Amino acid sequence: MNANIARNICQRNTPRTGSSDAHAVRKWARAGGVLCAGVLLASCREGVLDPRGPVGQAERVILFDATTIMLAVVVPVIILTLAFAWWFRADNRRATYRPDWEYSGTIELIVWAIPALVILFLGGIAWIGSHELDPPKPLVSDTSPLEVEVVSLDWQWLFIYPRERIATVNRLVVPTGVPVHFRLTSTSVMNSFFIPQLGSQIYTMPGMTTQLNLQADQAGTYPGISAQFSGPGFSDMRFTLVADSSEKFATWVAEVRTHGGVLDSASFAQLARPTRGGGDLTYGTLADDPFGMVAQDHMATLWSPKEAL
Amino acid sequence: MSSGEEALHGSAGMPLALRGPAPPKVVAGFGFWLFLLSDIIVFAALFAAYAVLSGSTAGGPSGAELFDKSRVFLETMCLLASSVTCGFGSMAIFRSNARAMYVWMGITFLLGVCFLTIEGREFASMVAAGAGPSHSAFLSAFFALVGTHGLHVSMGLIWLIVMLLQVKTLGFKPMVTRRFYCFSLFWHALDIVWIGVFTIVYLGANSGHAG
Amino acid sequence: MFGKLSWSAVPFDQPIIMGTCGTIVAVLLGLSILIKAKGWWPYLWSEWITSVDHKRIGVMYMSLGLVMLVRGFADAIMMRSQLALAAGHALGYLPPEHYDQIFTAHGTIMIFFVAMPFVVGLMNFAVPLQLGVRDVAFPVLNSVSFWLTAAGVALVNLSLFVGEFARTGWLAYPPLSELAYSPGVGVDYYLWSLQLSGVGTLLSGINLTTTLLKLRAPGMGYLRMPIFCWTALASNLLIVAAFPVLTATFGMLLLDRYCDFHFFTNELGGNPMMYVNLIWIWGHPEVYILILPAFGVFSEVVATFSGKPLFGYRSMVAATMGICILSFLVWLHHFFTMGAGANVNGFFGIMTMVIAVPTGVKVFNWLFTLYGGRVRFTVPIYWTLGFIVTFVIGGMTGVLMAIPPADFVLHNSLFLIAHFHNVAIGGVVFGAMAGYTYWFPKAFGFKLNERLGKATFWCWFIGFYLAFMPLYALGLMGATRRMQHYPDTHWQPLMLVALAGAVVILIGIALTVVQLAVSIRDRRANRDETGDPWNARTLEWSMPSPPPVWNFSVLPRVARTDAYWEMKKDGVPRRGLPVSFAALHLPRNTPVGIFMAFFAVILGFALIWRIEWLAAAGLIGAIAVALRESWKTDREEVVSAQQVAAFERAHGTPEYYLAPAGDFDGSLEIGHDSRRVRVATEGES
Repeated sequence: MNANIARNICQRNTPRTGSSDAHAVRKWARAGGVLCAGVLLASCREGVLDPRGPVGQAERVILFDATTIMLAVVVPVIILTLAFAWWFRADNRRATYRPDWEYSGTIELIVWAIPALVILFLGGIAWIGSHELDPPKPLVSDTSPLEVEVVSLDWQWLFIYPRERIATVNRLVVPTGVPVHFRLTSTSVMNSFFIPQLGSQIYTMPGMTTQLNLQADQAGTYPGISAQFSGPGFSDMRFTLVADSSEKFATWVAEVRTHGGVLDSASFAQLARPTRGGGDLTYGTLADDPFGMVAQDHMATLWSPKEAL
Repeated sequence: MSSGEEALHGSAGMPLALRGPAPPKVVAGFGFWLFLLSDIIVFAALFAAYAVLSGSTAGGPSGAELFDKSRVFLETMCLLASSVTCGFGSMAIFRSNARAMYVWMGITFLLGVCFLTIEGREFASMVAAGAGPSHSAFLSAFFALVGTHGLHVSMGLIWLIVMLLQVKTLGFKPMVTRRFYCFSLFWHALDIVWIGVFTIVYLGANSGHAG
Repeated sequence: MFGKLSWSAVPFDQPIIMGTCGTIVAVLLGLSILIKAKGWWPYLWSEWITSVDHKRIGVMYMSLGLVMLVRGFADAIMMRSQLALAAGHALGYLPPEHYDQIFTAHGTIMIFFVAMPFVVGLMNFAVPLQLGVRDVAFPVLNSVSFWLTAAGVALVNLSLFVGEFARTGWLAYPPLSELAYSPGVGVDYYLWSLQLSGVGTLLSGINLTTTLLKLRAPGMGYLRMPIFCWTALASNLLIVAAFPVLTATFGMLLLDRYCDFHFFTNELGGNPMMYVNLIWIWGHPEVYILILPAFGVFSEVVATFSGKPLFGYRSMVAATMGICILSFLVWLHHFFTMGAGANVNGFFGIMTMVIAVPTGVKVFNWLFTLYGGRVRFTVPIYWTLGFIVTFVIGGMTGVLMAIPPADFVLHNSLFLIAHFHNVAIGGVVFGAMAGYTYWFPKAFGFKLNERLGKATFWCWFIGFYLAFMPLYALGLMGATRRMQHYPDTHWQPLMLVALAGAVVILIGIALTVVQLAVSIRDRRANRDETGDPWNARTLEWSMPSPPPVWNFSVLPRVARTDAYWEMKKDGVPRRGLPVSFAALHLPRNTPVGIFMAFFAVILGFALIWRIEWLAAAGLIGAIAVALRESWKTDREEVVSAQQVAAFERAHGTPEYYLAPAGDFDGSLEIGHDSRRVRVATEGES
């Protein structure tokens, strides 16, 4: 199905001006189609089309379904355009010339109805999907969710586990099969927390708390990024989410508690200084409530361009 | 669609849309109306910002604590009266009565100056009391909205002076009377915006905008 | 004394910028010397710079857009090449502090200083001609509008050499664009150049709306207006309604930056989300401002070159006005991921899709215009067919992202980039090129070279697909926008293909320039003798190419849509007849536009660098220029009846049926249905 979609999306239809061009054009179109199919197949091995959790999977279904429905209209339109243009070309005397034909009630009805029906259907998907996949909506699960608080800094990510009383930077470890409930904020500018293979992203904003629910069903390492431009260190603002079994997760938590540093206002201030990327850090002890401090009092940071650049 | 013959003959009863290009005064007036509508949209954006930020007092004073309703009443009366006098001035222009025009427009000008003086003093006293625009988002929105209106009034007063000078030097040419017509539209529109301002900002401050 | 300005503002240590600076200075110097040597300056000043003629102003807008296309595209090539290099551990050749300015400049320039001038230029040129009138409602204001846009261009280009540009993306979201995180002058350059050109655009919107609603030829009711005029009306109504929001929003950000206000700051209660809402309340109508006239061009082109009237004219009008209104109800789809909640997201998602309905209707109506026609494969038709094919794909990906959960995984990715370039290039650029080719003979009296036109089309078409199809794939793979480098080396081949596509488009742009040069060289061979080289349908083709300053010597009387086609069908003699003419009053040329723009640039520059005395001087100068202009009483020049008659006789071509001389009593005939109606002419409006 992917290949078909790929070919249909990518087919570079070219208007056929005459039979001499037609062969070359068809050859190029085929080559283009194969290239595109290959490219789109490649994109199926990672990212949005290769989800590893329920949220991403639901979203992929929506992507495929909506695209298919629309292609059912788009492809015929493209074919008809080229077909009409070619058949009714000026030197084709077999075509009937209707110089005064400019209206037909039936065609008008169909022409308004087709897009309306498609949109009616897709609108239903949009409404239902918006509600079912609303980021703050808890995931259906037997296990109670893991709470993670996320603070986007300039330019790295701080992950706080309020119940476990640990924190990490740039590396998020979660157990598989357990829903994760995120609460997110930012110290300075807007960012967007996004793990393509798990599904939805959500903005992080200073002085505000946003929420997101995701779940990793398979063990693995999933890249995460910021999807909202936030300054010179934006491209380095990458993190990884490591999903592993609950036992391994518990072991990891214990290890961080033993070997991790202390996250207090001094170390937080150090973290909040402009850093491009930064390494993976861990904190075994949390003083106070760093997330609360940022989200409510918005402990916003200021940085000078010299420092940042 | 009317039959072609009617459309092409005569003007009585012919729909406006078919009569060909409109006369210059209509064109100028219509264009100016569009400008006024666009200006009102600027105010709409500022009103929206005010509505969103009216509660964000950042621990500082709120509208209810700051606004003096009697001052606002006086400002409103000045502006409303100036609209009336502007109307009389416009009638004088229509009758090409220069003296009456100077009198009425002069009073309009003075009333406008009164309005600006009262408003200026209000702003100054707020700033002196530590409630200037840089102290909270609410105050920023207040000063921007009311200040923009005041800026428009100031520009209107300058425009009025220019128009009076133009009548003095050029007389009641059509070009000049068209512009005066646009000025009076502008002046009345500012009055309407002020009604929005005192309703939403000043009267609104007493009901429900908690600090 | 000089505010923040000092010699350190000039980036002497950056060879690319200094090289560009040197080139531009050399080109300008060379041009000036050439102009002076050939004595062209008086002509340029009196015929172009101070012109208030909508046709000249339209040409100047298009030229401005073409020049800025080169700058915007240079930014694009730099972005593509940086991404082609910066895979894995490589960091490319453009560090973030430059790269971030380049993508900001690219977006800003392409939208505000390429697409808007193209679209406004086409509307300026064609609308009065199609309406059968002499000029727009406010010709002097038209000149001021153009020159204010040029002032914005001047400031944006100045930012390259003196100071820096914004590093925030083309919409400059706070808090990043606030003084705290962008303390330099970059965001100020951005804000002031757009405020100035925004005023110009707003005035132009008022001008054209008034023209369309109040100045039409006698008999031209609303449903007899050409479809391009309807799309121009919708676009200009949107300009009047939306641009004030941009002005107000930028005004608020400026107050934050200059006067320590707190609209969008992090501290003291500011709300950056409000900026996002306000800016997109402008931003979404803006894209419809750009695309609706392009739709209008395609409607005209498809009808002309199919030899048939546009199918479903009334439907098209309804669809156009429907899109106009709906465009104000969809803005939130630009930030579904900001967390407004399911009901709000769902509502805006559905409204966004609803806009696809009238758009789809338009596509079908174009299809059925082709059906039953005799389609001539001229360059404008190439652009039209390329547009339909490309735009429906872009529209599809747009409707896809209108589903909030789909957007949750595609927002701000390269998929989004591919989508909006898909509709912007496939729609706006292709439309601008089609309009340019279509109306070029009317503006200059000779046609553009067909072969080079087709080559240009293929370069843009193939280049577009090469450049942006990989981006759809990359977006699905998880690539976000505005990245300066990326760790996944297997994305690099796709980036290289995209770079190749950009190079192919570059060839297309070069070919446009070559086409112009070659066409000028061959202008005698390609001369438009009749004024109607395409056998077209609307009134602008009823005049000689180029038309006289006054357009119509006698305002046509209109009885149906496609007024000129009807005239031809009924055999109406076009001109060169012993019709009695009256003297015409035309607005005089005036330098107020360029003078105001000059002071506007000074004002803008001074405000950017916080040089108070210079800002005051600029403001006073601008006001003084305006006052001086307003006192002028001698604003019109008269074209005598003899001049008009002489022009008409010189250009009259009895190609079409000419009534016998004895029938002439000074009246102009217009066929109506199957009857002839004699009407007394009117010398002027």
